[in-house]
Amino acid sequence: MKGRNPPLIWVGAGLVAFALLALPFALAQVGTAWVRITNFAILYVLLALGLNIVVGFAGLLDLGYIAFYALGAYVYALLASPHFNLHLPFWLILPFGALVACLFGVLLGAPTLKLRGDYLAIVTLGFGEIIRIFLNNLARPVNITNGPQGVSRIDPFRLGGFDFGKSETLFGLAFSAPIKYYYFLLAVMIVVIVITIRLQNSRIGRAWEAVREDETAARAMGIDTTNIKLLAFAIGASFGGLAGGMFSAIQGFISPESFVLVESIMVVSMVVLGGMGNVWGVILGAVLLSFAPEVLRYTVEPVQKSLFGRSLVEPEVIRMLLFGLAMVLIMRFRPAGLLPSAVRKRELAERKE
Amino acid sequence: MKHSKLALTLIAAAIGLIGCGEEKKPEPPKVEAPKPPPPPPSIEIKIGSVAPLTGGIAHLGKDNENGVRLAVDEANAAKIKIDGKDAKFVMMGEDDQADPKVGTTVAQKLVDAKVAGVVGHLNSGTSIPASSIYNGAGIPVISGSATNPKLTEQGFKVQFRVVGRDDQQGPAIASYLATNAKPKVVAVIDDATAYGEGLANEVEKTLTAAKIKVLPREKGTDKTTDWKAVLTKVKGKRPDAIFYGGMDATGGPLMKQGRELGIKAVFAFGDGACTDEMSKLAGDAAEGLLCSQAGIPVKAASQKFLDAYKKAFNVDPILYAPFTYDAANMLIDAMKKANSADPAKYLPELAKLSFIGATGKIEFDEKGDRKDAEMTIFTMRGGKIEPIAIIKGGNSMTVDEYLKMAAPGAPAEAPKPAAEAPKPAAAAAKDEAKK
Amino acid sequence: MDIFIQQLINGVTLGSVYAVVALGYTMVYGIIQLINFAHGEVVMIGAMVAFSVITALAPGGWPPLMVVAAGTIVAIPVCMAIGYGLERAAYRPLRNAPRLAPLISAIGMSIILQHLALLVWSRNFIAFPQIIKSEPYHVGGAIITNVQIAIIATSVAMMAGLALMVYRTRLGTAMRATAQNPHVAGLMGVDINRIIAVTFLIAAALAAVAGVMVGSYYGIAHYQMGSLLGLKAFSAAVLGGIGNLPGAMLGGVLLGVVEALGAGYIGDFTNNWFGSNYQDVFAFMVLIAVLVFRPTGLLGERVGDRT
Repeated sequence: MKGRNPPLIWVGAGLVAFALLALPFALAQVGTAWVRITNFAILYVLLALGLNIVVGFAGLLDLGYIAFYALGAYVYALLASPHFNLHLPFWLILPFGALVACLFGVLLGAPTLKLRGDYLAIVTLGFGEIIRIFLNNLARPVNITNGPQGVSRIDPFRLGGFDFGKSETLFGLAFSAPIKYYYFLLAVMIVVIVITIRLQNSRIGRAWEAVREDETAARAMGIDTTNIKLLAFAIGASFGGLAGGMFSAIQGFISPESFVLVESIMVVSMVVLGGMGNVWGVILGAVLLSFAPEVLRYTVEPVQKSLFGRSLVEPEVIRMLLFGLAMVLIMRFRPAGLLPSAVRKRELAERKE
Repeated sequence: MKHSKLALTLIAAAIGLIGCGEEKKPEPPKVEAPKPPPPPPSIEIKIGSVAPLTGGIAHLGKDNENGVRLAVDEANAAKIKIDGKDAKFVMMGEDDQADPKVGTTVAQKLVDAKVAGVVGHLNSGTSIPASSIYNGAGIPVISGSATNPKLTEQGFKVQFRVVGRDDQQGPAIASYLATNAKPKVVAVIDDATAYGEGLANEVEKTLTAAKIKVLPREKGTDKTTDWKAVLTKVKGKRPDAIFYGGMDATGGPLMKQGRELGIKAVFAFGDGACTDEMSKLAGDAAEGLLCSQAGIPVKAASQKFLDAYKKAFNVDPILYAPFTYDAANMLIDAMKKANSADPAKYLPELAKLSFIGATGKIEFDEKGDRKDAEMTIFTMRGGKIEPIAIIKGGNSMTVDEYLKMAAPGAPAEAPKPAAEAPKPAAAAAKDEAKK
Repeated sequence: MDIFIQQLINGVTLGSVYAVVALGYTMVYGIIQLINFAHGEVVMIGAMVAFSVITALAPGGWPPLMVVAAGTIVAIPVCMAIGYGLERAAYRPLRNAPRLAPLISAIGMSIILQHLALLVWSRNFIAFPQIIKSEPYHVGGAIITNVQIAIIATSVAMMAGLALMVYRTRLGTAMRATAQNPHVAGLMGVDINRIIAVTFLIAAALAAVAGVMVGSYYGIAHYQMGSLLGLKAFSAAVLGGIGNLPGAMLGGVLLGVVEALGAGYIGDFTNNWFGSNYQDVFAFMVLIAVLVFRPTGLLGERVGDRT
């Protein structure tokens, strides 16, 4: 792409930037609820990008990824809510949550990374469940997480007098709480995308690719495979932790039931559908699947009502069936996803010969 | 540049239109815009109703929504005038899928639509995160079914509930157990959900206060079917009673396996396991269990409401419909008293309202909880749960006594024979209500 | 002491169920090194089908055992059809793909099966008709019921039958040959595709029986009941040494006993810092510990590391 008609690219980029900046106001015209839905979609994009580093770049299937999201969310919630009566500033605990998630990523990774791919997948799944069970039970004898009751009244982001939880009018535009969060999320997402792309094209990124393709050969080339895999786990986990902290602040209430196995699988299917290893594909997958329930709600229900007079199959069930079907069909017919990464595409072409 | 924004707005608007086209008629953008004078001026007042309309407890959600719909229809038929204008009430039903994330999204949708008040949500797990959104917009919200104490402990002026809290229900069943079964040692087990654990904590508190020994808490999950290990351990400590905070789907196997292991203790449950389903799951082992439900048994609700509901929807109310019906009526009543549908104006009226509804007399305390909420104790006889006592203000009375005393809103019902079995549908459908 | 014996009985009963499910995982893994992630769902379907049959026949006044047998007889072919379908649709086309592809495909299949079951049998917990009266027998102060004895006996019998088939028949020889080296087995005239399909069929039949056992023992079924059960059974298979039949049986029973004793005694040992609330953690801890420290499991004789 580089060097090919630069002015046009700049115009295009400008248009995209303007569209992204104007989006929340356009959506708010229809309803602030849509801004909220978009915010959740961005959170899923962040999760998918984080998981993509582990699954897509390094080729390690992590089925317990949501545990890192949960850790980030709980770190934020416990340090910025009346639960412990701590109200630390978000710019401190958001990175701290990412760090904690990162640490757990290393803790999980260190002993398990020598396992083969499918064993690793099951172990990470177990790890995800263990974290959730602990979050659910660390309420007695000493109350740390408040157990299944969850943590409520979590602080929104505050910076000086600027409160993300409140609406205000700036430059004649109404900035509601979800719109403020939208801009914050957008900024974080852009940073994460830039980091991911830079990583992919760095020595580390190429090392991941080498490990993914042939671990033995990679080791023979002098790559410290254990460390490089551990790094993938750590970075992926910290993205998850970061997203978790923001989820906490936006929701204001979290409980372990938000971090169940299905959520992990949902993020995996976003990565798989979009295209493992391709940043844009993963974003596409996350956006498609996170808007799917809304789209289905407004299409499937009315269609069924007009055909049969009542709703036979709930949109939620259809969504899950689509998830499952997507995973099976993509693996069968388009293993590199909707938007395959260049490397994966090449590999596929080679395999066909 | 302008075009892209316009296009986006159009796309978004189109999505929105598809979205809104489903359930409500297109509404004028401004609620209180005064119309041209000649025809009598009218205002449209939107009342939101939120409950899971899809998913495992969709039937309960529909029941909740029907309660609100009935109240709204009756208010429209009564041709209420507010601020000198004909009030036209419109119910906006939203589906929160019992999912906290969706809960906040639909709450925002209702705020966007400028509803005057909200009845909902069904679950505590969705009510709690949603309440801060309503609070931010200053819109009053009354839950007819969320029982977690935390909901009204957040200090939000707009949050009310007409159903009893877990910490009213827990003490009710615990003190009934303490006075009637007179246990020395009680084992308390829960399913590690917000509901089950919360209720179990309240029971444990009450029992400990009554100087009854409570064993260390045992836990399963909301999907546990094998309770033998836990029960065997409990059996070794020889409890006289076992309380389980959880749903019937797990409580049934628990009770059955307890009896199989030869445990003779009295089994007691909260409202999640206070259903006829228990006898299907545990067979004969379920006989004699004790359980409690927040509120009064559906059959004790005012006859007028029961008839109207049956006539409107051709089914009997399942569980919380009388409560959501009362909640919607209270919103409307407060608007009448304040002579305004502006939340800021009628909220103070709502807070001090004294209202006689289908579930009896309702007044709110300073937190927004119902004062002196009733609790009902049931037992299992011949495969059906039967109300044996109603507890109000710390006093226990039989259902007959209660009907004689209260006869809320419909004196004609008092002579109604109380021995009639409770509606089976009521109980059977409670599955998972509190997850 | 009677409490301890009772916990052993509880654990062995639960473990027998794990064992039968674990056999299915271990057979499939042994032959094509694939974690059949959807195996737990096949168990669930078995329970659901049996539920439908038993509910339909229960009022007919037949002897209870016959009703349960009828449920099993219907559930087996349904599950076998699903097992075969899984292999054909989701796994066979991916046999030469990278390792993660069939696993992801299997996860997709498990989601699909769960939600299809939801559509057919609703998303509620469904209660089995209580037709079998449980008769308690006293053993040294502990109680064992006729249903528990039946479950233990059935799983031992199935294990024995399976062992006979694998080690004493031509089919079994072909299966073992394929497990060792499919290419060579193919050269020797073994129809690899057929053998793999048969393996899936047998695993699914075992799953069906396990489903009926779980359903009628606990009296309840749910469309999500298969996933946790499947994971635990997989852990049991790994514990015993994946690909190893007696290992699966041993691992299953051990895991059941570990869970029962863990739930029963961890509170006393840790001064109630940990309790039965961590019951589900044990399986995962065992799984991680075995994989990290002894990936071959207790009885595993070989590590089939082929890619």
